[in-house]
Amino acid sequence: MSNVEGKLFMEPERYEFSAAPFHQFELARRDFFKILGAGIAVFAIAKDALAAQETAPGQRAFHNEELPKDINAWLHVGEDGSITGFTGKAEIGQNIRTALAQTIADELRVPFESVRMVTADTALTPFDAGTFGSRTTPTITPQLRRVAAAARDLLVGVAAKEWNVAPARLVAADAKVTDPASGRSLKYAELARGKTLAQNLPAEDPITPATQWTIAGKAIPKVDGRAFVTGRHQYTPDLRPAGMLYGRVLRPPSFGATLTAYDDSAAKAIPGVFVVRDGDFVGAAAPSADEAQSALGAIHAQWKEVPQISNKEIFSYLKQNAAAEADDRFRKQKGSVEEGLAGATHRLDASYTVAYIAHAPLEPRAAVAQWADGKLTVWTGTQRPFANRDELAEVFHLPESSVRVIVPDTGSAYGGKHTSDAALEAARLARAAGRSVKVVWTREEEFTWAYFRPAGVIEVKSGIASDGTLTAWDFHNYHSGTSGIDTPYVVANQRTEYHPVPLILRSGSYRGLAATANHFARETHMDALASAAKMDPLDFRLKNLSDPRLRAVLEAAAKTFGWPRKKTQAGQGFGVACGYEKGSYVATFAEVAVDKTSGAVRIVRMVEAFECGAIVNPDGLRNQVVGAMIQGLGGALFEAIEFENGRIKNPHFASYRVPRFRDVPEIEAVLLDRKDLPSAGAGETPIMAVAPAIGNAIFDATGVRLNHLPMVPNGLRSA
Amino acid sequence: MPKPIELEINGKRYPVNYPADTPLLYVLRDELGLTGSKYGCGEGQCGACTVLIGGAPRRSCQIPVSAAAAKPITTIEGLEKDGRLNPVQQAFLDAGAFQCAYCTSGMIMSSVGLLQTNPNPSQAEIIQFLQGNVCRCGTHPRIVEAVRQAAKMMQEHGR
Repeated sequence: MSNVEGKLFMEPERYEFSAAPFHQFELARRDFFKILGAGIAVFAIAKDALAAQETAPGQRAFHNEELPKDINAWLHVGEDGSITGFTGKAEIGQNIRTALAQTIADELRVPFESVRMVTADTALTPFDAGTFGSRTTPTITPQLRRVAAAARDLLVGVAAKEWNVAPARLVAADAKVTDPASGRSLKYAELARGKTLAQNLPAEDPITPATQWTIAGKAIPKVDGRAFVTGRHQYTPDLRPAGMLYGRVLRPPSFGATLTAYDDSAAKAIPGVFVVRDGDFVGAAAPSADEAQSALGAIHAQWKEVPQISNKEIFSYLKQNAAAEADDRFRKQKGSVEEGLAGATHRLDASYTVAYIAHAPLEPRAAVAQWADGKLTVWTGTQRPFANRDELAEVFHLPESSVRVIVPDTGSAYGGKHTSDAALEAARLARAAGRSVKVVWTREEEFTWAYFRPAGVIEVKSGIASDGTLTAWDFHNYHSGTSGIDTPYVVANQRTEYHPVPLILRSGSYRGLAATANHFARETHMDALASAAKMDPLDFRLKNLSDPRLRAVLEAAAKTFGWPRKKTQAGQGFGVACGYEKGSYVATFAEVAVDKTSGAVRIVRMVEAFECGAIVNPDGLRNQVVGAMIQGLGGALFEAIEFENGRIKNPHFASYRVPRFRDVPEIEAVLLDRKDLPSAGAGETPIMAVAPAIGNAIFDATGVRLNHLPMVPNGLRSA
Repeated sequence: MPKPIELEINGKRYPVNYPADTPLLYVLRDELGLTGSKYGCGEGQCGACTVLIGGAPRRSCQIPVSAAAAKPITTIEGLEKDGRLNPVQQAFLDAGAFQCAYCTSGMIMSSVGLLQTNPNPSQAEIIQFLQGNVCRCGTHPRIVEAVRQAAKMMQEHGR
């Protein structure tokens, strides 16, 4: 139960880890009707779900994505006409509950209001590896469409049999099946009545193209919006099952510390308090959080600490401790970088660094655990309910079928809620107490004991010909990760390598993963090359780009931004950056104002064009795009975790600065709707060009090139 | 045994038995089940726990329950009247001014407090007033817009 990671390497794409699902299809189907009542059900096993989504070239250069091959979705049409869609994905603020319901309503030809989504409940929903990697829209949306289309066919089939006519002459619309020849019609509810009809998905059921969508593609407001503005929605920390106790965990003074002396007799003497020690895990459960905390205070514990490096030496440490040679999985090579550099007119070597940052979701990690008859139920805000279930089963030596994980719609995650820490803690305490236990991490715990977006060093060597054509590109990422590491630019001679380094701080996924770091390095470097070639930064990019979708977002954003812009006042600067990742395309333009006396940097305006294929819900998409831009501001300008001797030095909102209202500039998001292309996810890619666009604008304003994230935690002193 | 303290919340009176220095937030959430006010930091730095005390927005995680007894308290649960949303709630709903929505209760309570003292705030005044409320999803522009719309609605309806 300890958080000690030892000498572990970060998985380059942690979120893609997935265990083979333990498939209980027949059992699930039987349970299904028991839970939902009679009706019509369709189950999908979409073998081609992954292959169908390969839209961006080269995005898999480094990693072999291993999503389960038989992802399934299912849907139920009840006897009252209610439609329920099931997915193992979790709602964490990205608004899938609305978007997926739209998709079902659209394909099944029913009113949006009649569709309900059941999400992220290991007892009710299909196995799912997790809500990450911008996978919900590209994988689940088409599956639910196929499922809905199959359900529609089933309903038509029932009507055809009832009327003894050919199914082909019947029409499904407005939640009923009509026979245009006779004018007869039957509601879906009537057709489902008394049935327990289930069907596996036919392999190639045709689905409605985006050009013919009527409910998908619309700006439908967030489902249950009223529950959120009235405070009625219950997040995990709001749950209070009867008799519940509050759990708190005794944290070591520093990472990796081990217990050397321990005496809990005083704590155990407090009435109503349960104290648990299990290895280095120490926790208490009590009728109130205060009493649990007091009990921890009464425990005498001594810890042995281990010396650890600080953020001041992290970057040299990363370079010194990286494997000298990247292994084959993480190397990509084309042509000869050496020849390309030799033939270049301008050459540029530069090094870039990114700091550790925290997700800081406003809902901290939390879990409520309940044991009954040897079975465990846990409510927790996680992005990986099934992985949490498996970890709980393993830790408590239970069969997976004895553990149920339920994810209430959660107060955000941003890649930070993959692990099952709070769930394990609550379950351990609940087992000892014989009562339900809730554990809600404090903000300080959240900043300290969760995990971070990893720090990294990126080194780039490049060359261009006299006309601005890239001739050589040599890109090395140390530790931060492989997402977005491939250059989208056309370069004859290139080498791209990822160099793993053992973990220093506990690290993992973060919105966009390393795509922000890799784009920051690449797009800052491209800007410096444009400057060396005395070319306009946009023209320079377009000259070296062939990808039409990337060119399209650059041109769309440039038009709205008004590029090229003339400076009208001192300290003004404009910058651009772009890229693609996970099947979606982004271009960001920024205007900054730098006060040369104080060094204060203010973002005046940002314009971002984003394209992710056919848009499912433009309103939700706009929220995600603008949200990513604002979140990206923090890591670009001032967010950084400070650490020393295994302690986080700024584990509070007062010392770890996140974007606030005054930091937010004028923002415009330009959404390109490509109805001819499959829908890709949008939760991550919109963040990744923000930092380089701002940095390039600061350079334009001041001539100062900033190669480190965050760029100006204390303003631009050197300007 | 601590002395019972009587709180007036959303027009109802509640006797509570808590040590005088217990933050109001924990009494609301854990004792009274008013979980609309959120724990975000417990340090007065994020605004998720904001309630109105005597009409003024306050961080309930920083107010000892004894200090909250003197004046009427309004929480997010007390804004809706006879099934009708407060104009600020309605404006947040109309503007889609939330994503994960964990900050929403605090944002709405702060904004209700602002509009009580400044019924027609400028954009700069709204931004200044909400500076202490954290939204991690980056929904700030819509929140500002929702407050402007709420101000407009309240003026038009004379509320």
